Amino acid sequence: MNAAHSSVSAPSTRSAHRANPPIPSLIPGDVEDDLRASLRALLGERSSWQRVLARLDTPDQPYDEDLWKRLAQDMGLAGLLIPERFGGAGATAREAALVLEELGRFLTPVPYLASAVVATGALLSCSPWAERDVADELGALAAGSLTATVAVSAHRAPRAAFPDEVVGVLAGDAATLTGTVPRVLAADRADLLIVPVLVDGAPHLALVHGGAPGVTAALDIGLDATRPLGTVELRGAQGRVLAGPTAAAAILRHALEIGAALLASEQLGTAEQAFETAVDYLRTRHQFGRPIGSFQALRHRAADLWADLAAARGTARYAAACAAADSEDFPLASALAAAHVGEIAVRTAEESLHLHGGIGFTWEHPAHLYVKRAMSSAVIFGTPDRHYAALAELADIPGP
Amino acid sequence: MEDHDSIRARVRDLVARHDPTATAPREFLGHRFDAGLAWVHAPVGQGGLGAPRDLQAVVDDELAAAGVPRLNAARNPIGLGMGGPTVLAHGTDGQRARLLRPLWTGEEVWCQLFSEPGAGSDLAGLATRAVRDGDSWVVDGQKVWTSLAHHARWAMLLARTDPNVPKHQGMTYFVVDMHAPGVEVRPLRQATGQAEFNEVFLADVRIPDTMRLGDVGQGWTVATTTLMNERVAIGAAAAPREGGPLGDLMSLWRDRPDLRTPGLHHRLLRLWVRAEAARIGNERTRQATAAGKPGPEGSAAKLAYAAIAQDTARLHLELTGADALGYDDWTFRRSEMTGSGQVRCPGFHYLRTRANSIEGGTNEVLRGVIADRVLDLPREPRTDTRTPWKDIPR
Repeated sequence: MNAAHSSVSAPSTRSAHRANPPIPSLIPGDVEDDLRASLRALLGERSSWQRVLARLDTPDQPYDEDLWKRLAQDMGLAGLLIPERFGGAGATAREAALVLEELGRFLTPVPYLASAVVATGALLSCSPWAERDVADELGALAAGSLTATVAVSAHRAPRAAFPDEVVGVLAGDAATLTGTVPRVLAADRADLLIVPVLVDGAPHLALVHGGAPGVTAALDIGLDATRPLGTVELRGAQGRVLAGPTAAAAILRHALEIGAALLASEQLGTAEQAFETAVDYLRTRHQFGRPIGSFQALRHRAADLWADLAAARGTARYAAACAAADSEDFPLASALAAAHVGEIAVRTAEESLHLHGGIGFTWEHPAHLYVKRAMSSAVIFGTPDRHYAALAELADIPGP
Repeated sequence: MEDHDSIRARVRDLVARHDPTATAPREFLGHRFDAGLAWVHAPVGQGGLGAPRDLQAVVDDELAAAGVPRLNAARNPIGLGMGGPTVLAHGTDGQRARLLRPLWTGEEVWCQLFSEPGAGSDLAGLATRAVRDGDSWVVDGQKVWTSLAHHARWAMLLARTDPNVPKHQGMTYFVVDMHAPGVEVRPLRQATGQAEFNEVFLADVRIPDTMRLGDVGQGWTVATTTLMNERVAIGAAAAPREGGPLGDLMSLWRDRPDLRTPGLHHRLLRLWVRAEAARIGNERTRQATAAGKPGPEGSAAKLAYAAIAQDTARLHLELTGADALGYDDWTFRRSEMTGSGQVRCPGFHYLRTRANSIEGGTNEVLRGVIADRVLDLPREPRTDTRTPWKDIPR
């Protein structure tokens, strides 16, 4: 069963906070533990921070293509969310969240979030409404032979107004698209673009091939170079309409909610790695004749971070579990995790850099990589403040 | 060996023999104890069946299904939460036989004589003395922050029995009869105006050696059992979304648009998220324990609880408007309840929650515990752990 599939049509209710929804199991099972262990072993070797850092010297080759092939094709991870009838693994958001946690831990430069989570989620929601079936595209995504992205600026929050950067003219189920969308996740790497487009002011989603005439995608210089972004330019590009005014906005919102919910797990992985690096340093670095981890000021900072991370683990796993179970509480759980984990991950990465002292501010140390990833992730799919605003609606906490 | 079915059968048998609707609650609790269904992991005859701990949930569920009200721990919270587990872990058969049944039924209330005016966070520095005299011990000293001392029949007492060795090695743990000559209980007035707690003065109090819990000099080890249970008892209460004091605050917020401001809205949303995260985190800890994959996350629960309770009470007070400036009652009287369960004005809860970051281990002590036991950070250099207690400056 797939989470992204069915909950699009169900409008989120404002009564969820009164219903006291049950909390699904948040404890990984043995299969999940095994997947985590094999991923950690693989990424520890192939995506060490030294290798991630070295790649920054070749900005025209931002992705680790060999590793992406291994993860997407050999391990079948690109198809986790895709049902078996389309050639995927038919797993759930729980497993995808676990993969993201490990990719976040190792800052692995692959387009997993953009392609295997957000774009895949959007396509899966499209299929009941699509003018033509998207089975071929889903099959290619599941096989890892194509990657896709949703052509929205990555900072866009799920509940923001429908994008107006791209306008289109319809001819049957084909559309001619014009517009520019900056800061699109993995734009330069995407074989397929799912483009939100206004046709006479009405929201639609269109599918455009990355190599089609009138489509250009240029790599941007990003704050976090380990997660490449690009600018998509469409000049009379031809696309196929996937969803019309009745569904386009809901599909986009749900895809971004899935993105925000699972990005929280990626942020958790990054924050845990940043924290563990700092704790190791506190144990070994000596000043004033003592390991600095024996100073109360630093011990207490570390303890507070640990307590925050323990809480973040709960909200991140809850969001993934709600996505997997297609829970009525999912929109709230997504906003909760995005707001809560986003802030904690940024604070943890910043504290990790600080606790390393001067060495933490150098290029040759990984602390800056965690700060860049955590801070940019807290902007992607909306800043925590946007998610607090969403919670005000979802949990019925009205403003003045 | 007991299993789900046998436990379920025992509960049904208990309910069949003693109709809970027609039996006084305390009497029913006594029958439940005798049936081994008080704490199933305890030995037979001591309120248990020697069964795995996780089968206790079967008892609770089955009794709830039979319409038996949940055990009301409010009368004897310290006995049930700390005294019972400590006696079960360290008591002799004779002590268990004498103490556990009336503790369970609430017939005998318990209190805890640990903290002293000179020994708060540094509990191991305590000065109350116990000197051996034949088959008994003679105790002199002063204890403080003692909830329920005025109702208690028994107290868990930690006292110094050897001042010539380092602090942690010179203590012994006793169960003291609060009705014994020389025990004096005085209410201690707090910032809220009322007295939830007491001071307890001990002057030449005689304790028979048979009421010593654990070996002489092993008091710190025994006390650790009590303290671990205290932190669990305070931090682990499962709550529904917007349960407890937050629910009252949310109702006020929703009912009174005229009181809302942008700044309070900002703070309320953040508070709501932290409370929900703590609730989910507690549930995760419970699930992990039930699945046999316990993690150390529980030690963070009390830190989070204290901060959330304090921020909730402060925000509630600020939202209250003119009434925030009032107070319901400054009369010096004893409270029959502790903590946030009391129905009082916002000012009371604001003041009462100031203690949440102090009682049951200060925030700083808990951070130290996390740094030591979870993160395994290097210890702070100390001089007081190797010096004989009598030579430590105080």
